[in-house]
Amino acid sequence: MATATDRTAGRRTAGKPATMAQALQRAMRDAMAEDPTVHVLGEDVGTLGGVFRVTDGLAKEFGEDRCTDTPLAEAGILGTAVGMAMYGLRPVVEMQFDAFAYPAFEQLISHVAKMRNRTRGAMTMPLVVRVPYGGGIGGVEHHSDSSEAYYMATPGLQVVTPSTVEDAYGMLRAAIASDDPVVFLEPKRLYWSKSDWSPDDPAPVEPIGKAAVRRTGTSATLITYGPSVPVCLEAAEAAREEGWDLEVVDLRSLVPFDDETVCASVRRTGRAVVVHESAGFGGPGGEIAARITERCFHHLEAPVLRVAGFDIPYPPPMLEKHHLPGVDRVLDAVARLQWEAGH
Amino acid sequence: MTVQELPGAAAYRPAPPPAWRHRTDPAPLLPDSEPFRVLGTGAELDRALMLKLYAELVRGRRYNAQATALTKQGRLAVYPSSTGQEACEVAAALALEERDWLFPSYRDTLAAVARGLDPVQALTLLRGDWHTGYDPREHRIAPLCTPLATQLPHAVGLAHAARLKGDDVVALALVGDGGTSEGDFHEALNFAAVWQAPVVFLVQNNGFAISVPLAKQTAAPSLAHKAVGYGMPGRLVDGNDAPAVHQVLSEAIGRARRGGGPTLIEAVTYRMEAHTNADDATRYRGSAEVEAWRAHDPIRILEGELTARGILDEDGVRAAAEAAEAMAAALRERMNAEPVLDPMDLFTEVYAERNGQLREQAAQLRAELEAEAR
Ligand SMILES: Cc1ncc(C[n+]2csc(CCOP(=O)(O)OP(=O)(O)O)c2C)c(N)n1
Repeated sequence: MATATDRTAGRRTAGKPATMAQALQRAMRDAMAEDPTVHVLGEDVGTLGGVFRVTDGLAKEFGEDRCTDTPLAEAGILGTAVGMAMYGLRPVVEMQFDAFAYPAFEQLISHVAKMRNRTRGAMTMPLVVRVPYGGGIGGVEHHSDSSEAYYMATPGLQVVTPSTVEDAYGMLRAAIASDDPVVFLEPKRLYWSKSDWSPDDPAPVEPIGKAAVRRTGTSATLITYGPSVPVCLEAAEAAREEGWDLEVVDLRSLVPFDDETVCASVRRTGRAVVVHESAGFGGPGGEIAARITERCFHHLEAPVLRVAGFDIPYPPPMLEKHHLPGVDRVLDAVARLQWEAGH
Repeated sequence: MTVQELPGAAAYRPAPPPAWRHRTDPAPLLPDSEPFRVLGTGAELDRALMLKLYAELVRGRRYNAQATALTKQGRLAVYPSSTGQEACEVAAALALEERDWLFPSYRDTLAAVARGLDPVQALTLLRGDWHTGYDPREHRIAPLCTPLATQLPHAVGLAHAARLKGDDVVALALVGDGGTSEGDFHEALNFAAVWQAPVVFLVQNNGFAISVPLAKQTAAPSLAHKAVGYGMPGRLVDGNDAPAVHQVLSEAIGRARRGGGPTLIEAVTYRMEAHTNADDATRYRGSAEVEAWRAHDPIRILEGELTARGILDEDGVRAAAEAAEAMAAALRERMNAEPVLDPMDLFTEVYAERNGQLREQAAQLRAELEAEAR
């Protein structure tokens, strides 16, 4: 059934770098080939291959019963996936865009997140909800939300987001293999980012929950995830000129949260900036800053700062560049880390 | 300048629209205008089934009364009684095969118990010790569902999954009249019809959603009519006529099992008691209405007919009452025992593995408990 075909998007043809979208597709394909209980469902995931082509070829290879175009109803998609999981399947649900996952919130929060707990472990929810999220692609309204704070606030869910092509593959494999539900946030502006990652030689699949130090440094730590990782890496390069040697921690997993890696880094550098696209107020950065302060207070040379999207509904595309935290805003924050007593 | 005067207007001929036809002929899907009845029609009755239905109705009513009494004693946090609706609950459960699945709402403890669930396990949600006191897979009963109508898409997904696996399993989903207004009701019916999933939806139309009467809930000719728009048959049944409910459900379940797709059934019934012990039903309905329904009580009408036909005699009535009484006594006794809960269980089933946060919080609680014990 699962014969490798060069036609499929997941296969990197010789000499051509693979994109994140291809790595994600390959992850689903490999999981479906290995485990007949893995099913993909969502809007337009079949014949079209998803609006971002992430499920390209799956329906053709595995049939419409394994990769299913559903009616257009997010609560229905997730709600039926719950029932499928009850019967022993491992559904991978695609929500077409971040803001269109909202109709499914009740199913997510009341059932997906709680089923294990409600049934005292008798019934688990090994399902993945894939959500393309975030801005920077010029989408009109309702196509650029960063909803991670809502998901993070719901016990029972795991919330992860890759920033590299390698991680997109490995983390999606881990998410599908997880016996607990995973909200898998796909930074849509990184869908076309490339790397020399080869599906023939995939990185070992690590379990969910470990952050990665993307760049080591000594003067401060940038803590970030998903679409803001490349921004922080660029900022770290630029900061070298100012004499700052920045460490960049890619959280990868927001829930569970890797306090260990984050705090080890901050204890080393003594300074921290949290960077993300979603609104700052009530956002992930507040939680992360509080955790750092509680655990590393005596190591801190300055308050933990946040660089986040403004506290506004996602702006129209022509203005989004002013909203999204970019390199300059990160560098401004880094400059403010030269904290002196009495300020 | 009018359209006729536009350059080229004379040459314009609108193309006829492409041929259009109904996808599905609506006529066979339409429900009967009157609820289907068996009692009082002279229809043949299956003796063994009738006695089973009768015994379960009597036991169910006693269960409702006992559970309501337990709320008054503070043994249950809340109990939504299904007194008056026992025929729906019991006949629905008894129409299922063992391999089938039941998706109940919070009011449907009786259906779960009639299906064989331990009466105490069925009450853990309402007692407040654990949310679901049983293994859903063992009994093929989904957790009693509190958010309205959200269990319906689960039933569709499960039935769909079973069919994909080649199992001839049917899912039966119970919902109230108020629940039919929820989006999940619509989405579930639509998915079920599109996928031709082996699922049966049973609406227990008991007249009210807490205090809101059906007339303020829907303008549809009947709730069963809603089926037609999805392309599935709608059936209307007298929800107090246990043999009728059993027959209509059995037909729908059999059809689903044979690959005939879903059915929506509306059972017309009445909730004799308040919504829960916390509700005052006199604020929204008069006693005349309640009394009129009392005359159509599901146990009374079944007992009457079975006795008249010689299927049930005084001994049979007494035996059913005694069995119900024994069940109630056992329930009382077991519910009066204080449940033993381990606070540390708070952290055991949030995730398969405890994450760092939960490990820290578990340690905090353990320390608090140890300090308390000292
Ligand atoms: C989504 C949701 N909204 C509101 C409630 C609160 N609520 C509990 S029962 C109920 C009325 C339900 O009426 P109906 O569906 O007719 O079922 P019945 O109680 O009559 O069995 C309401 C509004 C709820 N449980 N779930």
